[in-house]
This record gives sequence, C-alpha cells and structure tokens, in this order.
Amino acid sequence: MKLNERSLAFYATCDAPVDNAGFLYKKGGRHAAYHRRWFVLRGNMLFYFEDVASREPVGVIILEGCTVELVEAAEEFTFAVRFAEARARTYVLAAESQAAMEGWVKALSRASFDYLRLVVRELEQQLAAMRAGGCPPPPRRPRALLPKENGCAVWSAEPPAASTGTSTGARSGPERPPLPPRRRASAPNGPLDSASFLQLHEWYGQEVRALRSQWLRSRAQP
Amino acid sequence: MRYNEKELQALSRQPAELAAELGMRGPKKGSVVKRRLVKLVVNFLFYFRTDEAEPVGALLLEHCRVAQEEPSGFSISFIEDPERKYHFECYSEEQCQEWMGALRRASYEFMRRSLIFYRNEIQKMTGKDPLEQFGISEEARFQLSGVKA
Repeated sequence: MKLNERSLAFYATCDAPVDNAGFLYKKGGRHAAYHRRWFVLRGNMLFYFEDVASREPVGVIILEGCTVELVEAAEEFTFAVRFAEARARTYVLAAESQAAMEGWVKALSRASFDYLRLVVRELEQQLAAMRAGGCPPPPRRPRALLPKENGCAVWSAEPPAASTGTSTGARSGPERPPLPPRRRASAPNGPLDSASFLQLHEWYGQEVRALRSQWLRSRAQP
Repeated sequence: MRYNEKELQALSRQPAELAAELGMRGPKKGSVVKRRLVKLVVNFLFYFRTDEAEPVGALLLEHCRVAQEEPSGFSISFIEDPERKYHFECYSEEQCQEWMGALRRASYEFMRRSLIFYRNEIQKMTGKDPLEQFGISEEARFQLSGVKA
C-alpha cells in the first residue's frame, strides 16, 4: 500500500508539541532482542527513531484499534500494543521506569482518533444542550456497559504467549470486566451514539483505577 | 519508513465517514485521471481500484490543505510541499463541498483544537472543566497553551 511517507515524516518531526516522548526498548520480533529507540507520540501515530537527534523516523505504529496491556517478561516495565486484526503484529515495548511505563500505557490507550472523536462529540452535545437552555444533564451512572472499540488499558500479568487476546473469560479476579469483543469500528451515526461517552470512559477507566490503587497500596508497604 | 501495514489494511475495511467513487489524479506531472473508490476513515484517506478489496494507497490527512480546483473538484496538498497536489473530481458541486468539509475536519489536529474550543466554551459558561469528569483534564495535549495562535 502506498503511503504519503514524506508527509508522515514531516508530521513526525515538525515543531508542534508532542503528546509523549521518551526512550523505550522495542522488541525486534518474537525471539529477537530489544532495541532502544526514541519514541514520539503525536496524535494516533507512535513514531520511533534510531536516536533522539535522528531526522527521520525508522518507523511508525498507527494506533487505531489497539489495546495496551502490561505483560510479564524478563525485562522490567514491559507492555504490549495489540491489535484486534489477527494478522497484525503485536509490539512489545519496555520503559525505563514504573512511572514512564504508566505514562506511556495511559497515553497510548487514549491516543486513538476514535477516542478523541468521542470526547469531542460528548462536549459538543453538552454545549448544545447548555445553549438550548438550562444546565446540562448530570452524567448518568453507567448501567449496561456496552464495551466497544479500542483504547482499553488492560492490566494483565500474563505473558503474551499465554494470553488469548480478547477471549480471557476464565481468569481470576471476579471484579475484572470482560475484555471487549473484536473491534468493530464506529460509524459516524452508528451504535456508539447509544452508549454515552461517560459509560464508555467509566468502563475503560475501571481497570486503570483498580491497578493504580493496587500499586499505590503496594508502594505504601515497607 | 516501517509501519504496521496489516493494521492499516484492517482500518481501510472499517465503516467510513465518507466513501464514493471519484476521479483521482496523482501529484506527478502527466498523471491521468483514474476512477477510484475513495474512503475516509479516521484521519486516513484510502483509495482503491474500484474492483479490489485492498487499497492502492492511503493518505494521512495531517497538516494538509484542501482546496477547490474546478467547479466540482478539489485537491489535497501537504504543508511540506504545497505544489504537490492530489486531485479529485466529483460529480457535483454539492458532493465536492461535502468532501472538502469532511476532509478539513478529518485531522487529529482539528479534533484536538475542537476539543480545546468546546472545553473552553463550557468552562466559560459553567465555571467547571468538562474534562474533569472524564479524568483527562491534566493531559498536556488538551491544554490551551499547546495550541498555536
């Protein structure tokens, strides 16, 4: 497939502020070594460079339709970017600290264009409702959550080989919500309209909050 | 530049914001108009031969300029090389306007600016930050200071 690579390279290196940047170790392939690369997140594109001063990226990971998971590996602070598309490659990355890893996982799981569009639509509706008169309705408590789409940060202690992607029904942790079904993209006026953004965001945020409080508790221990 | 092609192919099969058969002419001098199925999905414009399932190519729509070309045509060019234009021919002025509007709104950067705008408007009206309830109010990418004037 042809791609406007020159424009892509320009987008990677232009002056605008980036959404996240830092060194990460990238696993070359299933049994390959990790290579240290300079990563730059801009929009839904995760670019990686040989080094911080390189003028052109070595490559880019397009972040639509992905989930971001912690993985257990020999390397510390490892996480994986996985795609619903069965034949797509999973990227295994390792940060240099716990804080850096958390920052990347959070940033990457919310990097998709779809997620941003959800937020924008929600705000658009709120503003329209306010302008039509009166206060916006209070956010509804999530009831039947309809898990959809990408952008879910899942905290998993299982190694990539053992994980079965989206079908992890028989796992420990009764409070853990099921992983979303295989990705279905949203149409502009499609099913996403029926689930409020807050419901979806609540669902996505549950796992993050659970693990975060777990981590905070473990830090509090001597 | 390496990229995850299989994922991009999967993306090209997702429901589109807009899709139509248009005449398309590449940026090289002397290129001819070809019928292509053109599909807008998130911030990518995919173009297919009309009888094929895999796209011939894709254009990432960041930092691009969409301009009207003839009565019912438009072009896409990119900031780093504004003379290099991809030309598209529509069947009507109406279709042309529809595409131009959609393409201009199709960039991540446009979405980001919209979010900052709505956030600001709502904050002015209510005194509260609407992003707080979503837990993303501290994200650097949504701060006003990040937007160039």
